[in-house]
Amino acid sequence: MNDIRLKIDQELKHIKKITNDPTLLITVLFSIFVVSFFVLVPLSNILKESFTSQGDINLDNYRAAFTRSGNVVVIFNTIKLGLVTATLALIIGFFFAYTTSYMTIKGKRLFDFIAMLPIISPPFVVALSAILLFGRQGLITRGLLGIRDYEIYGFHGLVLVQVLSFFPIAYLMLVGLLQKIDPSVEEASRDLGANRLKVFTSVTFPLVVPGIGNAFLLVFIQSIADFANPVVIGGNFTTIAVKIYQEGIGNFQLGIATALAMILLSLSISMFVIQRFYINKKSYITVTGKISRKRELISDRIVTVPVTVLLVTMTLFVIGMYILIPVNSFVKLWGINYTPTLDHYKYIFKFGMDPVLQTTILSVIATFITGFFSMIIAFLIVRKRFIGKTFIEFTTVMAMAIPGTIIGLGYVISYNKTYYIPFTNITLIPPLTGTALIIIVAFIIRSLPVGVRSGMSSLQQIDPSIEEAASILGASSQKIFFSVTLPMIKEAFFSGLIYSFARSMTLVSTIIFLISAKWKLLTPAVMENIDTGRIGIASAYCTMLIIIVSIVMVFMKIVTSKLGIQNENSGDV
Amino acid sequence: MKEFKKVEIKNLTKIFISGKNKVKAVDNLNLTIEPGEFVCLLGPSGCGKTTMLRMLAGFEVPTTGNIFIGNKDVANLTPDKRDTAMVFQNYALFPHMNVFDNIAYGLKVQKRPKAEINERVEKILKLMKMDDFATRVPSQMSGGQQQRVSLARALIMNSGVLLFDEPLSNLDAKLRLHMRDEIRKLQKEVGITSIYVTHDQAEAMSLSDKVVIMKDGKIMQVGSPIEIYQRPNSEFVAKFIGRANILKAKLIPEDGNSATINIFGHEYPSKEDLNGKSKEVDIVVRPETIKFDKKTHEGTVLKSVFMGENHEYEIEVNGQIIEAVLSNPHGKDIKSVGERIGFTFDHEALHIIDNN
Repeated sequence: MNDIRLKIDQELKHIKKITNDPTLLITVLFSIFVVSFFVLVPLSNILKESFTSQGDINLDNYRAAFTRSGNVVVIFNTIKLGLVTATLALIIGFFFAYTTSYMTIKGKRLFDFIAMLPIISPPFVVALSAILLFGRQGLITRGLLGIRDYEIYGFHGLVLVQVLSFFPIAYLMLVGLLQKIDPSVEEASRDLGANRLKVFTSVTFPLVVPGIGNAFLLVFIQSIADFANPVVIGGNFTTIAVKIYQEGIGNFQLGIATALAMILLSLSISMFVIQRFYINKKSYITVTGKISRKRELISDRIVTVPVTVLLVTMTLFVIGMYILIPVNSFVKLWGINYTPTLDHYKYIFKFGMDPVLQTTILSVIATFITGFFSMIIAFLIVRKRFIGKTFIEFTTVMAMAIPGTIIGLGYVISYNKTYYIPFTNITLIPPLTGTALIIIVAFIIRSLPVGVRSGMSSLQQIDPSIEEAASILGASSQKIFFSVTLPMIKEAFFSGLIYSFARSMTLVSTIIFLISAKWKLLTPAVMENIDTGRIGIASAYCTMLIIIVSIVMVFMKIVTSKLGIQNENSGDV
Repeated sequence: MKEFKKVEIKNLTKIFISGKNKVKAVDNLNLTIEPGEFVCLLGPSGCGKTTMLRMLAGFEVPTTGNIFIGNKDVANLTPDKRDTAMVFQNYALFPHMNVFDNIAYGLKVQKRPKAEINERVEKILKLMKMDDFATRVPSQMSGGQQQRVSLARALIMNSGVLLFDEPLSNLDAKLRLHMRDEIRKLQKEVGITSIYVTHDQAEAMSLSDKVVIMKDGKIMQVGSPIEIYQRPNSEFVAKFIGRANILKAKLIPEDGNSATINIFGHEYPSKEDLNGKSKEVDIVVRPETIKFDKKTHEGTVLKSVFMGENHEYEIEVNGQIIEAVLSNPHGKDIKSVGERIGFTFDHEALHIIDNN
């Protein structure tokens, strides 16, 4: 009992200390407000709605979700897709990671490049490309092989597209892990008499098993949350994410849409929880500590040449898929008339520039807000003590695992009404549906978790005494943040800006729910054009999007390197 | 001229609770530090000295108790609202600012006029003999130089109290000695009230007016370096500061202002503890006070090590092992292991620890 009193007393003292610093207090309250209002409120509304049917609280929606055959199939489809995609992506990712870490392979930079492609391009590029290659008018199926009745739409096409989009996630994660293994551990195993195969099966592989589990779950989460690819190439194979959209926006069956959303959410969150709190704890890699020396690479040409050929072929294939889109944007009608043309761009410049400009402007606004806000939240979480800290940390981290469609659906049902400050008539939030604000908020919430996490990890590497020094020299929390903290984590800040911009520009799942007559965004415009068969225009939009993101990215890289020259160390000399 | 502040710590307690663990880092501590005094908090790691300093600075909130700086209770003030400056163990320089901007930071926060900032920074750079370093960034400087900047950055604030958190522990031995002298010189020049946390007894002895020895969150003894060394109040203090033999002896009072101490059957006169009853006591004997010119006692040499400026022995007498140091061994009669050796205690240097 006494301990509890002490603890309460301690917390009260922290509150008192914070109230002595009004800026800090306001920031904390604002952060808690944003996180609760734009993450938790939509989710709780979905939960509430899912249990409401014909004005009553009951389980009808869930009963429908689990008994009506259409819905059951969708749920099984989603899980099946997740499992198959994650398994295949993992195998390919591991192959890439292992060979690049253990063999002298040329073209490693090329592999890192393909890992970047999914970040700068909208999620349906690979799907679109697959249609161009293997569709009814496909370059390979019809053009080269002369097959007329091949159907790319469906489960197999979707798996192909998702694996190609997501295996870089597994690759990046595993390559990081493999490089952290101290070669001397493996040398010890060889020294004790193990051959290469035995070293792999008895040392290397067991060491990365947790990482493999991690990568599997991450890809699984991505796969089941994916909205764009299933819409474009899924055909009759529907997943939960797509069904939520069809029911929620198409048929306005909010009951079943929200029930399905809850099912998808629990799938994602449970996988995420397993990944974060179970598998992450099992990692052995950190135990081995600093790497003493570089690894002896396998340079036997009998092994490396075929492997290199295989890797490079696969990589070029992936890159080719991305290049196909710009190519198609300059072609009259894919599969029928390959005459070069600028018609698609002319059309966009004449009738369809709104989505391009609007998306860019809203993304820029969201990017700057996210950039600062994520660093502020990271600062609060890592450096400050206050009630609600765990709440903010937990919610922002969890937001990473919430599929975009669910956030979108939540926003649709949450912000069509006015929110008042409790017990008053003062408007807290006016109806946001159809405004630019709701889109900006969606952009921010979708990129905030990654920003916060990278801010947190760079702050954790900086000795807190540097900020304490500023504090004792008389600087307020606000002054410390802008004059000391932010300059020290500027790398995380700028990479956060790049990430948020790319993420906002390419976001599909959430904003497909939020667009209105006034605010038509780029990715929904592409989807619409794919839907109506105007693949050329869709490709031209995609190309413009990729170019805008790349230009901003290069520009930011230049800015960072200009700023970064001055000093690389962060205080702990 | 700025007035330096008195620091009063009253019934200060800090309990850390994390999960089910409860650690009393500072336990009901009372201490007064006079204006201009240089006080060292000395103790083994985990004794609460750093927690105490961090509470003075405002980085930790006390569980109970008060801290007065000047006459102001600061226990619940944030660090920026206290009249303190601090020198950190890892220097804590702002890596993205050069030396000038680091030192000027506090004045800029106070929005001082530019001319004044320039003047004061240049003055302090000169005082620290760092005029040429103004445009360097921390990563281009050695540890010692960085710590000088850190010191300058704290000194320029003219605050009422200066706090040091093991500022020399990251420096190599030679530089540490040099910086120690420099800090002492500067503190005497400026006259600022200083509180210095260290686990290095040599640092504490050489720097402070007053040493506070801490253990398990409690103060064991407060006193001048001489008092602490020559008149430790417990076995812990005696052994923590320097080396000490703790010997069982019998105290026999004689007439009211003198007594004798019986060690190994020999009686030495004593001026300490005269309250009238015969009793068993513990005596602190510093190894360097043992003399070898008289053979009052005799023992067997267990260890005999030549250290250059002195020679160290371990001598067994009546089953007890005594450490002894012979200074300036040059040309003296050195005994080897197994030989018999004669020695005597200096009665002036015998100190009684009151075990009650």
